[in-house]
Amino acid sequence: GLAGVSTRVGVMDKSRPLWDNPVQFVFACISYAVGLGNVWRFPYLCQMYGGGGFLIPYFIMLIVEGMPLLYMELAVGQRMRQGSIGAWKIISPYLCGVGVASVVVSFFLSMYYNVINAWAFWYLFHSFQDPLPWATCPLNSNRTGYEEECEKTSSTQYFWYRQTLNISPSLEVSGAVQWEQALCLTLAWLVVYLCILRGTESTGKVVYVTASLPYCVLIIYLIRGLTLHGAVNGLIYMFTPKLEQLSNPKTWISAATQIFFSLGLGFGSLIAFASYNEPSNNCERHAIIVSLINSATSIFASIVTFSIYGFKATFNYESCINKVILLLLNAFDLEEGSLTADNLNEMKDYLMATHPQEYAQLLPQLKNCSLEAELDTAVQGTGLAFIVYSEAIKNMEVSQLYSVLYFVMLLMLGIGSMLGNTAAILTPLTDSKVIATRFPKEVISGVVCFINCIIGLIFTMEAGNYWFDIFNDYAATLSLLLIVLVETIAVCYIYGLRRFEKDLHTMIGRKLNWYWKVMWAFASPLLIISLFIFYLTDYILTGTLQYQAWDGTQGQLVTKDYPGYALAVIGLLVASSTMCIPLGALVTFVRKRLKRERVSTVA
Amino acid sequence: MFAFLLFVSDAQNAFKVRLSIKTALGDNAYAWDANEEYLFKAMVAFTMRRYSTKTTTQISNVLLCNVTDRVSFWFVVTDSSKNTTTVPGSEVEAAIRMNRNRINNAFLLSDKTLQFLKISSTLAPPVEPSTPVWLIVFGVVLCLIVAAIVFLVVAGIQQRKKKNKESTERENLEEKGEVTITIENGIPCETLDLKAGHINGVFSADDERFTSL
Repeated sequence: GLAGVSTRVGVMDKSRPLWDNPVQFVFACISYAVGLGNVWRFPYLCQMYGGGGFLIPYFIMLIVEGMPLLYMELAVGQRMRQGSIGAWKIISPYLCGVGVASVVVSFFLSMYYNVINAWAFWYLFHSFQDPLPWATCPLNSNRTGYEEECEKTSSTQYFWYRQTLNISPSLEVSGAVQWEQALCLTLAWLVVYLCILRGTESTGKVVYVTASLPYCVLIIYLIRGLTLHGAVNGLIYMFTPKLEQLSNPKTWISAATQIFFSLGLGFGSLIAFASYNEPSNNCERHAIIVSLINSATSIFASIVTFSIYGFKATFNYESCINKVILLLLNAFDLEEGSLTADNLNEMKDYLMATHPQEYAQLLPQLKNCSLEAELDTAVQGTGLAFIVYSEAIKNMEVSQLYSVLYFVMLLMLGIGSMLGNTAAILTPLTDSKVIATRFPKEVISGVVCFINCIIGLIFTMEAGNYWFDIFNDYAATLSLLLIVLVETIAVCYIYGLRRFEKDLHTMIGRKLNWYWKVMWAFASPLLIISLFIFYLTDYILTGTLQYQAWDGTQGQLVTKDYPGYALAVIGLLVASSTMCIPLGALVTFVRKRLKRERVSTVA
Repeated sequence: MFAFLLFVSDAQNAFKVRLSIKTALGDNAYAWDANEEYLFKAMVAFTMRRYSTKTTTQISNVLLCNVTDRVSFWFVVTDSSKNTTTVPGSEVEAAIRMNRNRINNAFLLSDKTLQFLKISSTLAPPVEPSTPVWLIVFGVVLCLIVAAIVFLVVAGIQQRKKKNKESTERENLEEKGEVTITIENGIPCETLDLKAGHINGVFSADDERFTSL
């Protein structure tokens, strides 16, 4: 008999942290996927590409592209139980570059995305004043009127461009770091650090809040929005389908792009989240749930946005009419109340007939007020979130409450997405034995947050918003398409669809439906290739890239060309992530060659 | 007739006034009639008297002209001491600026609804607290977040120290255990009295018989 074998605790590997229950995993995915894009991009697309009719290409793309690719990423993560770098290395050693590319893109994203949270904090802190600071223009130096720049544009735009961003007239004029924005950015990073500090243990609890709170606020806003005066105008405008837009190829491309980027595919966050699952988790069901909830949220958010649009457009239209009435009353000394919105046109003709000379003098100042023109001003991005919404909020009663609710919602959406981004960066780092054994995960998270915060200070400079637009438009778009294309081809053709099917069967216990197989093998790759070709041709055809710069003297945006070094940065952004894929394959190939030679010389 | 001539010749000393009573008061709006005009003249006379103690402006010195339905009209202030001359516009302007509030309140109107067209009103500056409100809220949130981070980090360090201590204790115990708790065929060696056992002499270790390596 042998002596009892003693087992020593230190030698055995620490088990991988897991989500406490599948609900945390679903909430984490929802919190990551449902982000600012659902609120500020989808309503714009809906408006531009045919209103209610846009839902048709949107749902088709969801079924062809969204659900299959989401399921694939979750399945890869759950099967390989590693972050993006490790997972793709297991699929094929030559594909470690894909994982690295995902990490690089996530890194770029987290650099600039948290600045949005900083802006949300700024607006949130300013919501505790009465009246709201963006409700009125500040006075000029001799107090006889309002600031000139504010007069030319509106008070909300002035607050955004001058008091929040303090934007410079062009990209070349960098300006100084705005200390207020830098403070807000630091706070935003501290909040993110707090949430990711303990890994899934802390993230799992935070996502309960970040996933559910935005829905509460959206419901409150839905009720408030639908009861606003003029909301119906916006809703009718949005939902009347303009089916002729379906023949425009841009409609379909926008639908495909929106589904793709809205779900956050290719960043490695979904792989990271799924790697913390129990191996027997039913990720097929979760993939369907998450993608459906994501799309439903987009539609829900656009109903709210369009009621707000309708309210704002009606308010502006009525203000415009009132201004015209006042002008005519003052010029012709007519009795108050004799001119109303209803009889305005007849009275205008009457005045033109009776006092032709004075009317002709007045004519340049009389604006033609049109409700359609107000509704037509389609806005997306930060403009929608921070200008249009704050303009609508300032005209509501109890505006402070609605303002606080709204910016807390933006914060929850933004932080939820940031949790996914940082998970995509941290999971490969904590998986790698080299780093994880030397440093505890609090230190790794801290270092990553610190580096991102320091680099993010670029976006708090006066020209920061222009750099933000560069990152927003170019850092992730092309690279992600390529990454997901390589991922799909790798899973289907390099790893083998049958092998993957068998893996899923052992994991989940259900046979793979033919729908998934067809989408993975044919439909999704073809779609991504066509999107990729479209983007490339679009970039090549437009020639020089341009951006919108704020001109303070005119009080509006003007188009300018990017300077040389900005174009170089754009090129570097795209190249640094896409080049990782072939470089990774090359490095692995060279390493294997060297190892083979070393082995052959030794033996 | 006389007043009309005054308005024409001394246009720079005449001021146009515009009232927007319905906009300001809505349903409580009063009609503009001769009584209101009388009040206006009285207010202007009061203003002139208040501005400079020298003047003894009477209500009859204030002349209104060209009252329209808009409710807008022109007025001049004459100087009774110097016959048929009007008080310089700059004086009237300064007087009205000084007492604008009193005039507004007499008519239940504001700077915007009772406009003196040539006299631009200074806008009231917004109330600004000494420390901006946003900094206070920022400070509160920052302290909470930093406190939470410090708490979690310290808790994490303590947890890790405890785990390390536990695992080293367990290791120490096991090493000692290997000496005491070895099990031989299910029977702990302690119960076997090695001394009492029989030693098989055949198998005594005889080193000389084995070839050394």
